Amino acid sequence: SAPPCGCFILQRWVPLIVLLCVSARAVDRSNFKTCEQSAFCKRQRELKPGRSPYRALLDTLELSDSRITLQLINDNNKVRLLLELYRLQGNMTRVKINELKPLKPRYEVPDVLISDPITETLSVVSQDENSLVLSLGGKDQRLIVSAQPFRLDIVEGPQVLVSLNSRGLLAFEHLRARKDTKSELEQATEQENVEQRTDEDGQIKEEEDKPGMWEETFKSHTDSKPNGPSSISLDFSLPGVEHVYGIPEHADTLKLKNTDGSDPYRLYNLDVFQYELHNPMALYGAVPVLISHSTDRTMGIFWLNAAETWVDISSNTAGKVRVISSEAPQTDVRWISESGIIDVFIMLGPKPADVFTQYASLTGTQSFPPLTALAYHQCRWNYNDQEDVKSVDQGFDEHDIPYDFIWLDIEHADGKRYFTWDPSKFPQPKEMLQGLMDKRRKLVAIVDPHIRVDNGYKIHNEILSKNFYVKNKDGGDYEGWCWPGNSGYPDFTNPEMRAWWASKFAYEQYEGSMENQYVWNDMNEPSVFNGPEVTMHKDALHGGWEHRDVHNLYGLYVQKATADGLVERSGGVERPFVLTRAFFAGSQRYGAVWTGDNAAEWGHLKISIPMCLSLGLAGISFCGADVGGFFKHPSAELLVRWYQAGAYQPFFRAHAHIDTPRREPWLFGPENTALIREAIRQRYALLPYWYQLFYNAHRTGYPVVRPLWVEYPNDVATFSIEDEYLIGKDLLVHPVTDEGATAVTAYLPGKGEVWYDVHTFQKHDGEQSLYIPVTMSSIPVFQRGGSIICRKDRVRRSSSCMENDPYTLYAALNSQGSAEGELYIDDFHTFNFEKAKQFVHRHLSFSANTLSSRNLAPDSQFSTASWIEKIVIIGGSQPSSATLKNADDTESALEFEFDSTLAVLTLRKPGVNAAADWTVILR
Amino acid sequence: ILLIFLGTPVEIQRPRGVPLTKKQFYVENKPFTCLDGSRTISFDRVNDDYCDCKDGSDEPGTAACPNGSFHCTNAGYRPMFIPSSRINDGICDCCDTTDEYNSGAKCENTCKELGRKEREVLQKMAEITKEGFLLKQHLIEEAKKGQQEKQSKVTDMQGNKKQLDEKVEVLRTVKETAEQPEKEAKERHLKAWEAIRLEKDKAKMAEAFLELDDNADGFVSVSELQSHAELDADADGTLTETEAQGLMGGAEQVDTSTFESVWPNIKDKYHSEVSREEADMSCLVSSEVPFGQKVFFLEKTVVKLCVLLIFFKAININIEKELSFDFGPDAEFTYLYSQCYELTTGEYIYRLCPFNRVSQKPKYGGSETNLGTWGSWSGPENNKYLLMKYDHGTGCWQGPNRSTTVKLTCGKETVVTSTSEPSRCEYLIEFTTPAVCQEPANTDLSPHDHEEL
Repeated sequence: SAPPCGCFILQRWVPLIVLLCVSARAVDRSNFKTCEQSAFCKRQRELKPGRSPYRALLDTLELSDSRITLQLINDNNKVRLLLELYRLQGNMTRVKINELKPLKPRYEVPDVLISDPITETLSVVSQDENSLVLSLGGKDQRLIVSAQPFRLDIVEGPQVLVSLNSRGLLAFEHLRARKDTKSELEQATEQENVEQRTDEDGQIKEEEDKPGMWEETFKSHTDSKPNGPSSISLDFSLPGVEHVYGIPEHADTLKLKNTDGSDPYRLYNLDVFQYELHNPMALYGAVPVLISHSTDRTMGIFWLNAAETWVDISSNTAGKVRVISSEAPQTDVRWISESGIIDVFIMLGPKPADVFTQYASLTGTQSFPPLTALAYHQCRWNYNDQEDVKSVDQGFDEHDIPYDFIWLDIEHADGKRYFTWDPSKFPQPKEMLQGLMDKRRKLVAIVDPHIRVDNGYKIHNEILSKNFYVKNKDGGDYEGWCWPGNSGYPDFTNPEMRAWWASKFAYEQYEGSMENQYVWNDMNEPSVFNGPEVTMHKDALHGGWEHRDVHNLYGLYVQKATADGLVERSGGVERPFVLTRAFFAGSQRYGAVWTGDNAAEWGHLKISIPMCLSLGLAGISFCGADVGGFFKHPSAELLVRWYQAGAYQPFFRAHAHIDTPRREPWLFGPENTALIREAIRQRYALLPYWYQLFYNAHRTGYPVVRPLWVEYPNDVATFSIEDEYLIGKDLLVHPVTDEGATAVTAYLPGKGEVWYDVHTFQKHDGEQSLYIPVTMSSIPVFQRGGSIICRKDRVRRSSSCMENDPYTLYAALNSQGSAEGELYIDDFHTFNFEKAKQFVHRHLSFSANTLSSRNLAPDSQFSTASWIEKIVIIGGSQPSSATLKNADDTESALEFEFDSTLAVLTLRKPGVNAAADWTVILR
Repeated sequence: ILLIFLGTPVEIQRPRGVPLTKKQFYVENKPFTCLDGSRTISFDRVNDDYCDCKDGSDEPGTAACPNGSFHCTNAGYRPMFIPSSRINDGICDCCDTTDEYNSGAKCENTCKELGRKEREVLQKMAEITKEGFLLKQHLIEEAKKGQQEKQSKVTDMQGNKKQLDEKVEVLRTVKETAEQPEKEAKERHLKAWEAIRLEKDKAKMAEAFLELDDNADGFVSVSELQSHAELDADADGTLTETEAQGLMGGAEQVDTSTFESVWPNIKDKYHSEVSREEADMSCLVSSEVPFGQKVFFLEKTVVKLCVLLIFFKAININIEKELSFDFGPDAEFTYLYSQCYELTTGEYIYRLCPFNRVSQKPKYGGSETNLGTWGSWSGPENNKYLLMKYDHGTGCWQGPNRSTTVKLTCGKETVVTSTSEPSRCEYLIEFTTPAVCQEPANTDLSPHDHEEL
């Protein structure tokens, strides 16, 4: 929700400054650093490609079952590094580089990998004076270590897949003592270190200090940098690659742009007030994963570092018209981070699905949300009081619009003291929650990580007494301004603190809370209104580590601790639902994310697609944008179009700024109310498909919504498409995102494939650009020929009410007259699907005029009341009879209708239980 | 099909969810034709939990059709239709529990209780309406009387004015004729002329006072002064309460005598709403300093008459302004004019002055915020007098100007019952007044349960 315009804040506490700020309409870029203003980025970027000063000392090679190590030396300063190479199960290579003997330990990111990756034997194939060839196993994959200059190449047969340091941009700033303030002790340590750094000639080269190495000032904020320079950089070359994706979060195109003439893409979790579109500025979250794709291969680079990071992308074909060039296409990527170590995972694919599996094996998969979380959410900053909540809830029933969740923003708490309720606006929270429960609906209340410094506030006092706050550089509790005024920031990197935080969600601790109340973590970048770049000072301390080291990880920990709390309060039974604004690699394990404080503008509606697709590629499937746009007031047309688009995005929530006029779905006249109702109903009908996709995402790591190229990796025409996408692999959505649009042009991929308009069943051939006239009610969605999708066409007022309703199967036939799909059912809210194998997973297939349902998980058990009410076969022919054959071999004839103009066959009421084995035979 | 037992000895058979009015279309064991006529199906397909009719009419008692509706009899209360998606959804919608026959939801029949409560409420409402309506009649009479008085006042004054106008005209002619030979007396009379100038200024002052005193209570208050934005000191376009109070020398309100000390502060910027021609200020405009005994005397007389004329005009304009408001079809809202009603909440005191303005003031000190000035009636087409709209209040930070909707409901007393801010800077005031009480219909307050039979 919360927009921390510096000005807004000043207005609250320093009225005199108001006038200076009122005019700010979009992001104030000067609040945020460019690479030039970030000392380490500037230093690193000044280093140009060339011969690397690093040399591998092949005689230091140590080989064990799980890894090899060898030392690198920088011939300029004689500092030695330790290189570790791992071959990981599932076709991945891990490269770690750290100082051989750092002055003090350097930060290695914990808690992101789900476990120690399983290694496989890395064997030496050959070795000579200047190189070492290691086998990566099957398919002639080799890892070649070149000694001078140091470089790594991963090859497959004659083909180079990726090269590291081929442009000589490996740069590792070693920790050093400050020259002017060396104590005797430090000098002694330094002496020891220097021995390590002395080369054979015994020469020591001292490096010159550069500006910003020991102190850096941005605007009025000074970063004391007690540890001096510590940044790292490494380059990767990807021959044959023209398309790279990922490294969210940026409000930019799906396909990453060349950054040669601009700033690099920045990864530094920041609370950006009224962000702008199409630039590489950092936003609320960061996932340092880059995916490369060509018709030959899909690969990924996962740069495991939680410090401020910049990513340069350079492509030799960018912006050029490809004439017959002797130069093969290539994309170069360079990563720069402020501290920590180089720890990079190269995911070798080769197919998109392989990269998803590989990344999931490292950081885990999407958490499987309770079904209700996939339904529609109604939010606003703020629903004023209990009466307001009640009347909005009634409004949905009066207008017959389904919804599952109503949300409360920061104003619900007593003086922004989270875990409490405003006593005058929400005097009886349980009564309110019970009222929603009676309608089988739910509520989300916000819990932000900034804690009001107030000795009358229990949460603050406990954190204080347990010494859980982040410390400032001088060791006192770090304090900053946020919504409540002066605030402390709990140290979420501390596991004891997280356990304590989780315990606060217990029903007896969180007064007024009930089991249909879930949580939203906002402002967890963390947002500090009066901090540098609206976040925490980098020299603040989390135990022994600087905030600099852990920054991008903070938000992940907040969401993790909160999600743990929700699981614990139910005794480990219920699946949690927590929404977060800040995130990092691995955040997919804890819940949903949204794209932050967007605006009611067509451009923001459009960008929501590539933003969520990028997140999906980087493992985070449960993504959405504020429907309607957070800031500003949407026109009725924009609002309707946004509902239509949002209904087909994973996280579907309307939200609005406190200063905008009310915009509940029925406030724009009966016609628009009907359009919004229809969009939301389409979402509810399709919930079984979304649920099944999330189950699969949870099992496999495949994104729920996908760019077209993921399913059509050889079709170059799909590589830059970002105005349409696939839900799973069977639905293609091209939402209308232009004002006054009368038509859209959708690309339907797949040579020889067919697609069916889900609303009209009209058939279209694949591999064509289709011109589609649209009206205000149009949501262009197509079902792939060859697929079977299960829907619940009886839409009710919340998803819980539809729990036991029957399914309708939509089988869209391909040109061979066949189709297949899945159906997944469980209790929709507990972990029993995992712990007790209580679920139904069916494979549905149609071929040779026979449709059958087969059990995909014979060892699972679950009974459902749901049955099959209707089967719609699209693109089929008229049979003379249809027979249903049950598991016990009993047979019955089914009635059917056939629409010959559209070739749609509707089988009436098979009536079989959704969990049963059955076959329908058409003759 | 199922049997429905109504709360009477009579037992009527019809498929579940069908209202009595449509019973004849559902004849057991006879083919059923969808109510839209689109197709005919065998009767066993009625309520068989599969949607055969496009209009949903074959499934009145199940959730199978997306557009179906279910009828509950609710004996003891009101019968109603619910969307068929609410059948067996685990939520009790019909007070007679008939919508949840297969969901496991534990519903209790609450129709009797609801019926009783509704009758109580209706009874109470009826009493209020009855008494309110009587009060309203009284208000209408008062308003009519007042209107007549004012109207005759206007007529009287128009007559007076006419006479005065004629006198002025005569005198002016006399004066002009006399002016010619007496130019040499100019010097002597300059000093005396100053006195006349003061007289003129007093006339303007009096005019201003009358105009400013919106509610005609004999005082000009801070808020009345605030309506004249041209008096704004810092040129930001609004005259704040503090600024207005400054102009009034710190007083909350001034009477005619204390207004004299306020007038010098505002006279240079003060802009009369009464146009020059209308007020006939021309009689005060005299470019030449008059001289000569006779001319001077004549001029003095003209000015005095002029002052009278202006007083008449100003009173007239206030009355006309009042008469120009839409006080309802029977002028029943007239009594609200020049009144103010307050409600104190946790933090603020809200003040509604109908046909004038709405404001909010912090309870514990701080300046008043204008939540809107009178705009228009804005109720629904069939009765626009149910809502009042006040707009163009103080601007919000990064937001619109504040505005207020006043919702009027029938009550014996005229009182602000609640205030809220449903959307940022858009306020809602609930206000009861007898003026909106409708003539009580001869309603039958007995239970509804016989309606079905």
